[in-house]
Parts: sequence; structure tokens; C-alpha cells
Amino acid sequence: MKAFVAIVRRDLLLAARRKSEVLTALFFFMIVVSLFPLGIGPETAMLRRIAPGVLWVAALLAAMLSLNRLFATDHQDGTLEQMALSPTPLAVLVSGKVLAHWLTSGLPLVLLAPVLGLQFDLSARALGVLMISLLLGTPILSLIGAIGAALTLGVRGGGVLLSLLVLPLYIPALIFGAGAVEADVAGLGAGGHLSLLGALLALGVFFAPWAATAALRIALD
Amino acid sequence: MINWFKFASPASFYPLAGKLWPWFAALATAFCAAGLWISFFVAPTDFQQGEGYRIIFIHVPASWMSMFIYCVMAFWAVIGITFNTRLSGMMCAALAPTGALFAFLSLWTGALWGKPMWGTWWVWDARLTSELILFFLYLGYIALTSAIDDPRRADKAGAIVALVGVVNVPIIYFSVKWWNTLHQGASVSLTKAPSMATTMLWGMLLMALAFWMYSIAMSLYRVRAIILEREHHAGWVAELPEMQR
Repeated sequence: MKAFVAIVRRDLLLAARRKSEVLTALFFFMIVVSLFPLGIGPETAMLRRIAPGVLWVAALLAAMLSLNRLFATDHQDGTLEQMALSPTPLAVLVSGKVLAHWLTSGLPLVLLAPVLGLQFDLSARALGVLMISLLLGTPILSLIGAIGAALTLGVRGGGVLLSLLVLPLYIPALIFGAGAVEADVAGLGAGGHLSLLGALLALGVFFAPWAATAALRIALD
Repeated sequence: MINWFKFASPASFYPLAGKLWPWFAALATAFCAAGLWISFFVAPTDFQQGEGYRIIFIHVPASWMSMFIYCVMAFWAVIGITFNTRLSGMMCAALAPTGALFAFLSLWTGALWGKPMWGTWWVWDARLTSELILFFLYLGYIALTSAIDDPRRADKAGAIVALVGVVNVPIIYFSVKWWNTLHQGASVSLTKAPSMATTMLWGMLLMALAFWMYSIAMSLYRVRAIILEREHHAGWVAELPEMQR
């Protein structure tokens, strides 16, 4: 547990020292979301309909951007090997890194989403549901992404490959996340979608660090 | 009792695969000829769908195979991780292109069938979408394994992709199913009587058998090529009669 806290603190500190990386992903999110009204036209009824999907797809892409660096820098300077050799199980350290990745890339998206949602004329209630769905969903993106990042570590053309591997696996999170907001707007209640999203998160927390650890061990062989 | 572990070695599996694949290829040809004969000449014209329904004789078996081959890959991935055998990774790599081919075939024939029947090439329906995602998973597997130079590392990384995918396939299937659906329910199931004429069912089953045999023959043929490629430095490869020329 001590090692877990230490690794989260270390990764957050590293992110704080290199603010531009975190901010780039955030600005990317804002720009992608703002492009849609420009491309589709400023009709409010239409914008309200596409808002959940657009925000969620933009969140997927923004999460993808920062995944490359999840293990790459630690792999380059040999820190990752020391982590693998340490007495603490590697899965614990990987979980710590994933949590730190979510805190720096997922959580800002959750906090920023309501502001961008206002551009799409979403109601206050829908904004609340959107925030809850992103709060449950973005950790799933970090968890599944960690598996992909570990698998493509040190591989030629890793960035494009990562998206090919990870994006199909993101589909359930996208469907239930955007579906929750749509169901709420349609008056059906978002409970079912949010419960499924929570179930996915529980599965991910349990299995993803384990799979990512196995993939890291292969990369370090 | 067959000593399975004997054939886990590429050196002893190579000649076995060489003996087996022509038989499976011959069976595939025979079943395919019989299946096509039934599906084109024996099976009656459907009174609702006309002649166009005959596409299902290719479409349904191809969809079955695309899903089944992914499960077989996951099986080999588990064997590879638990027993650390080299051959299981090679089998995975040999199966993936065939699986991708069937996934593509299933999407393609489905589109050809959908145009006259539903009036559209593509709908965002649960089955179509999950088949498309399955196709992406095959492509992801092939892209990852071919991007890693060390074959052993590529096999292990591929095994993890196959396993993560096989956990996700049911989740993806149900998520898109609840999201949107138009595709009709399964026409053939193990629990209830099939909702189609017996001759049509026979045609479909024969075609399914043909695709099975084709997949086995192709993967055995391909695994032989992979074994030769990876073991070219080994002594037994140099002693093979086909290497003497």
C-alpha cells in the first residue's frame, strides 16, 4: 500500500513538472468537441442530440493521446525494470501508475465536460449524468489503455498500433457512457447504463492491472 | 493414449501436419462441392426471399467460423501461457489470417444479402457491429504480432491480446445488442427445431463442414511455413528432404 501511494505521488509529481503533456491532451479534448458544432451547424436541437456521443468520443481520443507515455519514459530510463525487480508485486505498481494516469488525464476531462456540454445546450440534469458517466467511464479507459500501452511498449509504430488494439475494446464504455446521457434526456433514467458502466469498471479494476503486468513482463524479457 | 506433448515440439509436429493437411484439403473440397450442389440445385427457392437467400449458405458458416476461430486462438493462447510451448503461438499466428478472412467474408456476403433484403448495404445492428469489431480484433492481433521482431515475444504479446479480446467479445456483443438491433434471431440453434427447410439446413451444415476442413487444412499448411521460417537454423530442418534440393 505504501509503495502504491508512493508511485501515485511520484507519477503526479512527474506530471506536474511536465504540465504541457497533460494540458495538450486537455486542449485536444476541447478543440475536438468545439469542431463538431462548426462542422455540423449551430442548430440547438441537433447539438443537444449529438452532445453525449461527441463528448464521449472526444474523451476516448484524448485518453488515447496520453497512453503512449504511460510506461514509455519509465521503460527508456530503466525505472520499469527496477519496478519489476522490486519486492512489491508489479501489479500493485501498475495499478498505481494507472490511477495516476487517470488523475492526470481522466479526471480533468470529467471536470471540463460540463463546461463543454454547455456549448451543446445540455440541461443541468443531463450535465450531471454526463459527469457521473465520465467519472465511471474514464477509469475504464485508463485501465484498458494500460494493457495496450504495455503490449506496444518498444514496438515499431507503437502509437498507431495502440489505437488499433485499444479502440475496439473501448466500445462498451462508449456505448454505455453516451447511452446513459441519452437515456436520461429521453426520460428513461440513466440507472441501468450507469450500473453496467460500474460493472465494467469493477471488472477492469480486477483484471486489467493483471493483464498489463503480464504484458510488461513480456516487454521486459 | 496419444502422447500430446510429443507433438508440441515443432520438429515432430511438422511432418504430422504435412501428412494431415492434404486429407483435410481433400475433405474440404468434397464437402464444398456437395454443399454448393445442394445449395444451388437441390435447395428450393425461398418464397419470400427468392434466389438471393442462397447467400446464407456462405454467410452463416463464415460467421460461425470467424467466431469459432477466435475462440480456438484464445485456447492456444491459454495453452501457450500455461505450458510455455512454442507451437501454440505458431498455431495462433497461423489461425489469425483465416479468421480475419472469414470475418471479412461474413461482412461482405452480409452486405450483399442486406441490399436486396433490407434495402441497405449496412445497418448499425448488434450482430453486424460486433462482427465488424471482431474483424478489427483480428487485424489488431495481426498488426501487433507482425510489428514485434522477436517471434517469441510476438507470440506472448499476441496471446494476451487474444485473451483480452475473448473476454471482451461477449461484453461487446451484449453492449451493441442492447444499443440497437435489427438482425433476425438465429435460424439454427441447438435447443429448438430449426426454422428452415431440411435441405437448406443440410446445405448449410455441409458448407460449415467444408469451412471447418478448409480452416484446419489452411492453418496446418500455414503453421508448416511458420515452423520452417522460425526454425530454419535448427538441424532437423536442414535434414528435411524438401530442403535437400
